[in-house]
Amino acid sequence: MELITPQHFLILASLLFAIGFLGVLIRRNVLLMLMSLELMLNGVNVALVAFSRSGTNLDGSIFVFFIMTVAAAEVAVGLALLVALFKKRDSVFSEDMRLLRN
Amino acid sequence: MIFSRHPVTAAMYMIVSMLGVAALFVLLDAFFLAVLQVLVYAGAVMVLFLFIIMLLDVGPQGGKAARLTWLPGLAGVLATFLLGLLLLSFIPDASTGSGSWPALPESTYVNGQNLTFSTAVSAFGYGLFTKYMLPLQVAGFMLLAAMVGVIILSKKHNPQS
Repeated sequence: MELITPQHFLILASLLFAIGFLGVLIRRNVLLMLMSLELMLNGVNVALVAFSRSGTNLDGSIFVFFIMTVAAAEVAVGLALLVALFKKRDSVFSEDMRLLRN
Repeated sequence: MIFSRHPVTAAMYMIVSMLGVAALFVLLDAFFLAVLQVLVYAGAVMVLFLFIIMLLDVGPQGGKAARLTWLPGLAGVLATFLLGLLLLSFIPDASTGSGSWPALPESTYVNGQNLTFSTAVSAFGYGLFTKYMLPLQVAGFMLLAAMVGVIILSKKHNPQS
């Protein structure tokens, strides 16, 4: 039986980040893109806590605390922007938001 | 989660992943962060998402996937390649046993300039109110700014007033 090492946590964190990144790329619903963004932030959080635990240093955990604060504020503002955009455009899909394109 | 067409299904899977991340935090002895993860993410953020999904009434329509043009496709291929490279560089380290967990330090908060890792919530409070006082104040102000911004954004626009 193999022990769980910090490397395993880092691999998992990078996988979470990659899945979130893939979600931002392939989804066209802005709501789902925001959710994938949260998944990316979670991957970073896992990596930070793993480093914080393996280095026995609390700074990483406190940084995760701040990331959570910023993520919550970001979701609130992003969803408010999305609702405002939906009122104007009647759509939540990213391909309908191309006012600057032509 | 990212392959489900319906936004509500995706949100449910997202809650499951958030709880999984909270369990990982418990495994890493970060109990306070695990509680915070469940409360903030699985609680508040996902409720907000589900509320907006219901408010906007988005269904599975238009969820037809991934009309990837060449530029995002190239970015995806590049990112996958870089991730694979990263993983390959990790795997030899994991087998040599260089990654082992140090024992939890005794319940002293500071070791010279460094805050030591602790399972106690009071260590968080100590760190936040000494070394990270300015970031804490900035974060509080940023939450206030976000709140005011959201209220202004979602206010009904009334031209005659």
